[in-house]
Amino acid sequence: MLIATRSVTKDYPGVRALDSVDFDLRAGEVHLLFGENGAGKSTLISILAGAVRPTSGTLYFRGRQVSLHSVHDARELGISAVFQDFSLIPQMAVEENLFLGAEPRKGGFLNRRKSREQAREILDGLGFRIDPAARVDRLTRAEQQMVEIAKAFRSDLSVLILDEPTASLTNHETDQLFGLIGELKARGIGIVYITHRIAEIRRIGNRITVLRDGRYIDTVDAREATEDGLVQLMTGREMGKIFPARIARPAGDPVLSIEDLTTRDGAVRGVSLEVHAGEIVGLAGLVGSGKSELLQAAFGTRPVAGGRVWYLGRDTTGQGPKQNIRGGFLYLPPDRRTEGLMMMRPARENVALAALDIRPFSSGPVLTPGRERRAVAELADRMNLQPRQIERAADQFSGGNQQKVMLARSLTRNFRLIAFDEPTVGVDVGTRAAIYEFLVDLVRQGAAIVLISSDLPEILHLSTRAYVFYRGRVQAELHGTGLTEETVLANFFEREGG
Amino acid sequence: MAEDKATGNAAILVLKRAFVRLGILPFLLLAALVIFTLMSENFLTLRNVTNVLRQSVYLTIVSIGQMLALLTGGFDLSVGTILALASVAGAMVMAAVYAAMPEAVWLSISLGCLAGIAAGTSIGVMNGVGVAFFNVSPFMMSLGMASVGFGIALYLTGGVPVYGMPVQFGDTFGFGNLFGFPTPVLVVAFLVLALYVFLYRTPFGRHFYAVGGNLRAASLSGINTRGILFLTYVLCAFFAAVAGMLLTARLDTGEANIGASMPLESIAACVIAGVSLRGGVGRLENVVLGALFIGLVQNGMNLARIESYLQTVVLGALLILAVVADQIRLKYVATLKD
Repeated sequence: MLIATRSVTKDYPGVRALDSVDFDLRAGEVHLLFGENGAGKSTLISILAGAVRPTSGTLYFRGRQVSLHSVHDARELGISAVFQDFSLIPQMAVEENLFLGAEPRKGGFLNRRKSREQAREILDGLGFRIDPAARVDRLTRAEQQMVEIAKAFRSDLSVLILDEPTASLTNHETDQLFGLIGELKARGIGIVYITHRIAEIRRIGNRITVLRDGRYIDTVDAREATEDGLVQLMTGREMGKIFPARIARPAGDPVLSIEDLTTRDGAVRGVSLEVHAGEIVGLAGLVGSGKSELLQAAFGTRPVAGGRVWYLGRDTTGQGPKQNIRGGFLYLPPDRRTEGLMMMRPARENVALAALDIRPFSSGPVLTPGRERRAVAELADRMNLQPRQIERAADQFSGGNQQKVMLARSLTRNFRLIAFDEPTVGVDVGTRAAIYEFLVDLVRQGAAIVLISSDLPEILHLSTRAYVFYRGRVQAELHGTGLTEETVLANFFEREGG
Repeated sequence: MAEDKATGNAAILVLKRAFVRLGILPFLLLAALVIFTLMSENFLTLRNVTNVLRQSVYLTIVSIGQMLALLTGGFDLSVGTILALASVAGAMVMAAVYAAMPEAVWLSISLGCLAGIAAGTSIGVMNGVGVAFFNVSPFMMSLGMASVGFGIALYLTGGVPVYGMPVQFGDTFGFGNLFGFPTPVLVVAFLVLALYVFLYRTPFGRHFYAVGGNLRAASLSGINTRGILFLTYVLCAFFAAVAGMLLTARLDTGEANIGASMPLESIAACVIAGVSLRGGVGRLENVVLGALFIGLVQNGMNLARIESYLQTVVLGALLILAVVADQIRLKYVATLKD
């Protein structure tokens, strides 16, 4: 047993992130952590990595009770974590990043030669072909990931923690990473691995521990786990129950037609698609595949180089958000903290933001605060905002409720077309189900919806039609029985050039 | 014993709650009133309070403009220069027109005021263009314009004060009363009221908070963020320029070296009043109180015969204290979440 936790609990103000969790890791195994967003996976690995201290419970390392006060403590024991947000400094060279905080010294001064040699040793030992003198921001995302992993190897490693390491890697790069993981296993290193991808579980996992709402649910053997079984453990309900019944009505008139659109930055190249009233059109693909960028271009926040956008039969190419919103077209961004909400302002102002020019929020040139309050309170009821305090600042709500505040914006005007970009990122299962219900409701009332999502089940269960994006192009348009996990995944990755 | 402790804890909790809700300003105001009343018997008299109001006029006007810049997540370091340039340009035009047409007193005053406010506002237009359209950081832009404006003001006057304005200008706008109130105080009251209506009763006002609260979210919600940023600096300069003309009336001369302390004092007034340096947070009425507080402290220190050099020390310390208090408040907000 390399590392073990016994009834570890972590409280944050108002939330119990982790509730009495037992976890152990054997030498030479890949132990997967599985669970919804907010299930406690990140908290658990942060505790293992020494970044967060548990409120109560004990931690054992090789059978000895230990308490980790910092990431540095954990590293001394050979426990290293590679988090999703890279801890690399982009302007520095690879070697400088590798030894940040533990620079090789000679008489109090930096020893550049030694650090170059050691960096090369580590990189060669791992089989990474990266120049130690290269600047980190000139590397590809996968290479940066490798540097991040290499950083874990600067001291003797016994436990490696990986948080969704393949989220932005290509197939080829993923293979390379899995090869490395195989070698590490053979060396007797224990690996804690977080992923949302079921396919990866069988490829590399030995055991899977499922967490839900901060609690330990079960540990199962990776070879025996079935997809349905895992989802049921993870969500506490059957797969189908989270999603509302599929919309059966035939689609109405076209609302949005995009013809051969190319953006100036090349993120979208020659894409055409059509969205009709009364349908949910899913856009699937990896991050950066052009699925978000296309709708941003149509909404007028990303410069267009070629092609046309038709909205309700009018050419609206290059029209800005203001006109689009007044015309009934809204785009809701994926990252509510940086793009969606004014975190320090009340929920009320956040909801009303896109409709301040019309009733009930204003009348003529003046605001009507009383009517605004009533209208927003009504929307808060409808969205089941918890707690129901519309004067509270946005950052005082939980992630799921912040999301509700932002989504409520889509009800402040009579929108005909709404693009939801990753509407369920970082929200719990209950809210997720509520959001799906909400989307389907909008469609029933005749709106057209574009659902941009990296979450495959979401696309599969909600969309009436789906487009799969790859490197700025539409790789496939799928509908009806042709819309399955296999067909979508088959188009997720490279196909060009055979 | 135990009960005493319990009531003590309850009292502390009430204080903490009040602090979280209201910020540091009410506590500072109370402390200043108590301290200065004890230090000088002349402090809490009607005469002196009127005096404080009169003296605080200029800082109040500049501060409400500065608040707009802070609300949108920037700040304006050129307010002092704007004050000076408005004073110099206004005084020169007024004196020139008055010299040419000695019988057209009010025409010269009107033209002079217009010229001064236009000259000051033009600095704001430059700031606005730089910040909104060329993405220059407000720090660099307003710092640069502060130098440009000051240079122009000195160049225009050669560094000597501008005389020759009609006496009616100073008599009315500097020392005069209207409906029983000092004219400058009425001007402030009018500006504050107008800005209040604009900020809290029109969608435009909400847009200022939105731009500071989250620029991307504002832009995705159809708000013309560049337009708002531009308007921010133009309005800020307009207010500073009005303050410059009022101060000119008070001094009876156009001066290039007034307003040097305005950037610090106006930012201090806003920060003490709880305006966030990260943008998006702050109330107009609190900023007015913040400016009055600084006026009160300066007046109190004068009465208590504290040397003017030491006064600047106190002011700087107060500013830092307010920022520290704000940080502590944020910490309390997290622990007091109901």
